[in-house]
Amino acid sequence: MILVVAEQRGGKLNRATWESIAAAQQLAAGQPVTVAVVGAGVASVAAELAAAQVQEVVTIDAPALDPYTPDGFTAALAQAIDELAPSTVILPHTYQTRDFAPKLAARLDRALVTDVTAIKGLRAEGSGLGVVFVRPMFQGKLTADVVPQGPAPHVITTQIGSFRADQVVRGSAAAPVRALTVTIDAASIRQKPEAPFQEARQAVDLSQAERIVSVGRGIKEQGKLPLAQQLADALHAELAASRPICDAGWLPMERQVGSSGQTVAPKLYLALGISGAIQHLVGMKGSQTIVAINKDPDAPIFEVAAYGIVGDLFDIVPAMIEALKSPTS
Amino acid sequence: MKIAVCLKQVPTRDWQPRLDDAKTWVREQDATFEMNEPDAYALEEGLRLKEQHGGEVVVCSAGPARVAQVLREALARGADRAIHVEGGPFAGAGSTDAFVVATALAEAMTSEQFDLVLTGLQSDDQGFGQTGVVLAEKLGLPHATIVMEVQATPPALRVKRELEGGWFQWVSMPLPAVLTIQSGINQLRYATLKGIMAAKKKEIRSVAPSAAPVVKITIASLYAPEKTKKTHLVEGAPAAAAKELVRLLREEARVI
Repeated sequence: MILVVAEQRGGKLNRATWESIAAAQQLAAGQPVTVAVVGAGVASVAAELAAAQVQEVVTIDAPALDPYTPDGFTAALAQAIDELAPSTVILPHTYQTRDFAPKLAARLDRALVTDVTAIKGLRAEGSGLGVVFVRPMFQGKLTADVVPQGPAPHVITTQIGSFRADQVVRGSAAAPVRALTVTIDAASIRQKPEAPFQEARQAVDLSQAERIVSVGRGIKEQGKLPLAQQLADALHAELAASRPICDAGWLPMERQVGSSGQTVAPKLYLALGISGAIQHLVGMKGSQTIVAINKDPDAPIFEVAAYGIVGDLFDIVPAMIEALKSPTS
Repeated sequence: MKIAVCLKQVPTRDWQPRLDDAKTWVREQDATFEMNEPDAYALEEGLRLKEQHGGEVVVCSAGPARVAQVLREALARGADRAIHVEGGPFAGAGSTDAFVVATALAEAMTSEQFDLVLTGLQSDDQGFGQTGVVLAEKLGLPHATIVMEVQATPPALRVKRELEGGWFQWVSMPLPAVLTIQSGINQLRYATLKGIMAAKKKEIRSVAPSAAPVVKITIASLYAPEKTKKTHLVEGAPAAAAKELVRLLREEARVI
């Protein structure tokens, strides 16, 4: 049996859960799939998930599990996994999963493969027949086929956007929902979380921009930003950046695109000197037309770009600004 | 406060990885190495907490002889001493998984009784993002990940965690604890000449892992990413390429 651990907050399902269910159904090959929902008051989320073609949905419902804490979730899921004995556990690779999945795997003393983008069968070589999990390494410059070792269950996290939620097989009738009882000692939960908040910073809503010019490490220094701004002005575009630029304080955090910043899908996304680390790609790969200008022909950004120029952005950008001055080329 | 900072030495970001003969790891002999970027922020945070509260900063790294370079660099930036876990699974070139690293680090750190253990949130090479959290479990300590601000008032600790999409959350927990630090939490300092000279006299203690590692992950194959999209690469001199790109965006893609 393959166990998918759903993610919800305040009774609202994280859509990335459907992607993990799609991965589980792909991996299952006849094995049953079970979905577990952890938290307090998760009945409606469980009912929503029961639409998938799964063996059952189990709820792990306890007051001590809301709000989320890594101590509480690890204790609850370790017990659930002991009882359900799955062969594989799959979770979406969210910030919450990143916070507790390594602890859970360590508690169970089982292998954990994070950030999986694909699952494929391993060709039989000698006795070795099984599956490999595909994931990026070296900032996306390489891809690895990874094999978890040791006894089951192996724990897998699926990268956001890598499996298709719309390919989840739905059941002809709702799957049964069953409550699983776990013992959580509230006193053993050491983290005391406060309410999530956003910093007052929503002056720029990049998600509404039709065109975005985005800069990365390749811009080299803050003094070069006006060049990118000029190109943005010529294109009637908003200026955005990858994380390192905002970390350095060269542009405000509100202009950051990526997993920790804004998710955008403009008509045109023009990436200047952005290598395309996965944390950036997840925030912009839904853009209609992606253009990359980068001196490194092997930069991962070219994997998602429709158009590209391999070269020095300090030569190309001024030439683009010049070309944009004439109404036709 | 007695603070540990775990450092990983990784190939430099601008190095285009080349594969080894088995195509299961990179050719380390061709690489240049540097301190893993999030770990550099963890070190800076440790140094700032020491400046605030007193105590010491001990940097820890597991890896072959070459990792002494990042330990030395950390000592030059202001760390007080270093622990180098070497030998066994860390003897030569090759990948080691987060469980192997965390198990060895936990063993080397147990007798030190640190008040706070800091790591970067993930590594720039394998990027599993597990070592810090597995280490917390092995040490029996509470943890928080993806931390953007640290308020330590021993024995209490309050940290600002980054959530997705621009959300944050404060979380409190007792010390001792383990935190994984996000890049950008602070502004990095660089080593001064005085620091570099002082580092030469600081201790790097070598520790060998006691038991054979239990490997949790192996890499069956490493390769260049398969392109999912066909990129139209516009060639030519910069001025001509730029002009052609503008034309394509106007007439073909129709996005400007």
